[in-house]
Amino acid sequence: MAKSIDVSDLNIYYGDFLAVEGVTIPVAARSVTAFIGPSGCGKSTFLRSLNRMHEVIRGARVDGKVLVDGQDLYADDMDPVNVRRMIGMVFQRPNPFPTMSIAENVLAGQKLNSKRMKKSEADDIVERSLRSAGLWNEVKDRLDRPGSGLSGGQQQRLCIARAIATQPEILLMDEPCSALDPISTSVIEDLIHELKKDYTIVIVTHNMQQAARVSDTTAFFNLAGVGQPGRLVEHGPTEKMFSNPEDPATEAYIQGRFG
Amino acid sequence: MTSTLQPTSPPTPSPEIAKSLRGRSLPTWAPKAIGALSVALALVGVFGPVGFWLVFVAWLVAAIVPLWSMFVEGRRKATDRFVTLLVTTAFVIALFPLGSILTTVVTRGAPVLSSDFFTYSMRNVLGEGGGIYHALMGTLLITAAAAAISVPIGLFTAIYLIEYGEGKRLARWIRFLVDVMTGIPSIVAGLFAYALFVIFFGPGVRMGVGGAVALSVLMIPVVVRSCEEMLKLVPNELREASYALGVPKWRTIVKVVLPTALAGIVTGVTLAVARVIGETAPLLIIAGLTDSVNFNLFDGRMATLPVFTYFSIITPGVPPGPSIERAWGAALVLLIIVMLLNFAARLVSYFFSPKGER
Amino acid sequence: MTSIQSTARKRSTPTRPGDRIFRGTSIAAALTILATLAGVALFLTIEGIPGVLASPDEVKHGTTFIDYVVPLVFGTLLAAVLALALAIPVAIGVALYISHYAPRRLASTLGYIIDLLAAVPSVVYGVWGISFLATALVPVYSWLERTLGFIPLFAGPPSATGRTILTASIVLAVMVLPVITALCREIFLQTPRLHEEAALALGATRWEMARLAIFPYARSGIISASMLGLGRALGETMAVAMVLSASGVITFNLISSTNPSTIAANIALTFNEATGLTVNALIASGLVLFLITFLVNFAARAIVERRKDFSGAN
Ligand SMILES: Nc1ncnc2c1ncn2[C@@H]1O[C@H](COP(=O)(O)OP(=O)(O)O)[C@@H](O)[C@H]1O
Ligand SMILES: [Mg+2]
Repeated sequence: MAKSIDVSDLNIYYGDFLAVEGVTIPVAARSVTAFIGPSGCGKSTFLRSLNRMHEVIRGARVDGKVLVDGQDLYADDMDPVNVRRMIGMVFQRPNPFPTMSIAENVLAGQKLNSKRMKKSEADDIVERSLRSAGLWNEVKDRLDRPGSGLSGGQQQRLCIARAIATQPEILLMDEPCSALDPISTSVIEDLIHELKKDYTIVIVTHNMQQAARVSDTTAFFNLAGVGQPGRLVEHGPTEKMFSNPEDPATEAYIQGRFG
Repeated sequence: MTSTLQPTSPPTPSPEIAKSLRGRSLPTWAPKAIGALSVALALVGVFGPVGFWLVFVAWLVAAIVPLWSMFVEGRRKATDRFVTLLVTTAFVIALFPLGSILTTVVTRGAPVLSSDFFTYSMRNVLGEGGGIYHALMGTLLITAAAAAISVPIGLFTAIYLIEYGEGKRLARWIRFLVDVMTGIPSIVAGLFAYALFVIFFGPGVRMGVGGAVALSVLMIPVVVRSCEEMLKLVPNELREASYALGVPKWRTIVKVVLPTALAGIVTGVTLAVARVIGETAPLLIIAGLTDSVNFNLFDGRMATLPVFTYFSIITPGVPPGPSIERAWGAALVLLIIVMLLNFAARLVSYFFSPKGER
Repeated sequence: MTSIQSTARKRSTPTRPGDRIFRGTSIAAALTILATLAGVALFLTIEGIPGVLASPDEVKHGTTFIDYVVPLVFGTLLAAVLALALAIPVAIGVALYISHYAPRRLASTLGYIIDLLAAVPSVVYGVWGISFLATALVPVYSWLERTLGFIPLFAGPPSATGRTILTASIVLAVMVLPVITALCREIFLQTPRLHEEAALALGATRWEMARLAIFPYARSGIISASMLGLGRALGETMAVAMVLSASGVITFNLISSTNPSTIAANIALTFNEATGLTVNALIASGLVLFLITFLVNFAARAIVERRKDFSGAN
C-alpha cells in the first residue's frame, strides 16, 4: 500500500512570509526519510505541507506540486480531508484525545468520521494497530481506561497506533521522540524499523544519531541567512550524507559545529 | 524519626545581634489572643442576648493590637497591623449582609413551606392558604424556554468566535456587541420584549414567551462568554490530531472540541440559568402575574416566583399577614433553587473536567 | 501569482456540505446577536419616540418628557454613586484580604462565599431590604439626624419606615460588592510576584508592599471594576423599587421620607398601571437608562483595553 512522494519546487507561505522556498525532493516508497536541520529552518512546515495540514493555520498557503503516486495533492479537485486520511501524522507532543479511552483513541479515525463497523472488526483494528505500535501487551487489560493516563512514551505509541489504524499510505512524524525519555525513544525507533515494511515514513528529528539509526535517506534543510526562507540544502542516502556530504554546511551541521 | 538526619544546630548568635534582627516586637501570642477575644465578643454580639453594640466593642478590642504596636514596634509596624485590621474588618462587613439575608429568609420562609404550598396555586384564595405551584411552573417553563433560545445561539456564537472568526472583523464586532449586551439592564430587556411583542399583539400584551425572550437577552451574553472561555481552553493539538486523521472541521468541533469542553460548558450554562431564574423586572413587565396555573407560554399572563414574591409583599391586601408569609416562602424557594444551581455548577466543573489534562 | 491566490481562496471555503452547514449556522448565531442588539435599540426607539414627543396632558405624569426624566436620572445617579462610595472601599478591602491576607488554603472558599452574594436574586434583596434592613436602620437615621443633622445630607426629618435613598444605596452596595470584589481579586492576584518580592526585599511591611507593588499595578483595574459595578447599580431595578419609598423629587437629603426615584424602579412601579403614551414615555426613559449604562460600561472597557496595551508593552 505504501506510496512514493514527489515534491517539486514547493514554496510555503505564512501569509506574506515565505517560510520555505523551492524544495524539490523525491521520497521512495517503503523507506524512511529523515529531515534534519537547525530550528526554524522549516522542517515542520515542510512536513505539514505534505498532508495539507499546513493550511489549517490561518493565512497559510503553498505553491508548487506534491505528487503522491503521480497525483497532485494540491490539485483543485483534491479534498484536503481525503489527503489526510491517506497520509497519517504523528506530532511532537503526544496528543491522545482526553475524552476517549485507549481503544476509542485507536479507533478515533473511524469513530470521528462515524464509520460504522462491527464490534469484532473494531476489536480487530484495535489489537492490530496496538500490536504494530508495540503497545498491545502493555495496555491490553485496560483498553477502556483514558488514554491520557499512560506515560509519555506510551501515549506517543498510542498516537502512532491511532495514525496507522486508518491504514494510511504514508506516515509523517514531527520529532516524535523529542518529548520522550531515552528508553521510550529506542522503543519507537525499533517501531519505525518495523513500520517501514508497510509504510512510507518521513520523520523530522533534531537528533543526528537518530537520523543515522533509523533512516535510509536524509535531507538537510537550512536557512539561507537571517530572515531568509529555509531551503533544502541536499539530500541523499543516509550513509553518504553522514560520511561525505557534498555541501560544507551539511558537514558542519552533522559534525555539530553549528545549529 | 532519625535523629542522625537532623543538622547540627547553628551557633547561637550573640544576644545583641539577635536583638537587632528581631527588633522590639509584640509577643507572638498577643495579636492572636486579642483577635480571638474580639471574635468571641462579636459572636456574642450577633447571636447572643446582649445586643449588636457589642460588635463595635469587639472591634475596639481588636484595635488594641495596632495601638499597642505603636508604642512597642513603632509607626510602620503599627500602620501595617492597622491595615490588617481594616482589611479583615472589610471582609467581616461583607459577611454581615449575606448572613443576615440567609438567616432572615430561612427563619421566616421555612415555616411557610408545606406540601400545600408547593401544590396549590392562588386561584380563588383570599387570606390564608394557597401556594406557589403556578409561579413555580411558570418560572420553570419560562426559564427552560429562555435556555432553549439562549444555549444554541450562545454556543454557536462562541463556536464562531473561536473556530471560525479568528482575526475576522465580524468576530471583533460580535465580541464588542456581546460586551454591550452584558451591560443591558434587566428592565430594559423587559421593555425590549414588550416593544417587540406590541408590534404583533398590540398594547398591553402579556405572554410567557415574551419573558423567555427578555431573559434570553440577558442570558445569551453570559453563555457566549463562558462557552468562549471553555472552547479557548481546548488545546489546539487536539484539533490538529483530529484534522490529521482526516476528520472534517465540523466533525472535529462536534466530536473533539465540544466533548473536551463539555464540563465547562455545562457549568457555564448552569450559572447562566442561575443568573436569570431570579430575574424579576423583565417578567414583571412582559409576563405579568396571574393567580392560576398557565402552562401555555403563548397564552396571556404567566406567574413566576420572583414576580409572585414581589407582588405578595408590595400589595399584600387585607389582612396583609398571609400574603407576606407567602412572599417569604417564595423568596426562600427561589433562594434555594439559585443556590442549588450554583452548587450543581461547582460540582459539574469539579467532577467532570477532562481527565488527565490540568 | 493570481492563480495561487484564487486557489488559496477556493480552499478556505469549505467544500463539504457538513462543513458548510455548520459554519453557516455559527455565523447565523453570531448575526442573531447583532440583530438582537439592533432590535433592542430599534424597538425601544420606535416605541419611545412618541413618549418623548407627547404633550403634558396626554400622559399620566402631566409634564414634558424632559421634566419627567431629569429627576429620575438624578435619582438613578445619586443612588448608584452612593452605593459605589459605600461598596468600593469594602470591596477593595475584601479583595485584598482574600488575595493577600487570608490563609492560602482558605482563599478560594472565602472568594466563593463572597460570590454567593452575587447569586442572591434581586427580589430577595428587596424582601430583605424592605422588611429587615429598613427597619433596622430607623434608629441609625434618627441618630444621624441628631448628631450630623447640620450636614444637608442628613438634615432629616428621618423617615419613620427607613425606606430612604440611603437604605436603597446600601442594598445596591451589597449587590455590587461581589462584582467589584471578584474583579479586584483577579487583578490583585495578577500582580507580578517579582514586584511584590522586590518590595518585600527592600524591607517593606505587607502594607507598604501593597502600596508599592499592588496598587500602582492595579489602579486602572480597580477603576474599571468600579465602573462595571456602577453599570450594575444603575440598572438594578427590583431592590430599589421595593426598598425605596419614592416621591420623585430632587434632593440630597438621604434620610428623609421624600426621596428621588430611579429610572428602573420607576418603570417597574408604574408600568403595570400605565396606558397609552405613558407607556411610551416609560420606554423612552428605559432607552435613556440603556444609554447611560452603555456609556459607563463602554468607559470601563476602554480602561481595561488601555491597561492591556500598557501591560503588553512591558
Ligand atoms: N504558525 C506560524 N505562523 C507564522 N510563522 C510560522 C508559524 N509556524 C512557523 N512559522 C515560521 O516558519 C519558519 C519555519 O518554522 P518551523 O517549520 O517550525 O521550523 P522547524 O520545524 O524546522 O524548527 C520559522 O521562521 C517560523 O517562525
Ligand atoms: Mg519543528
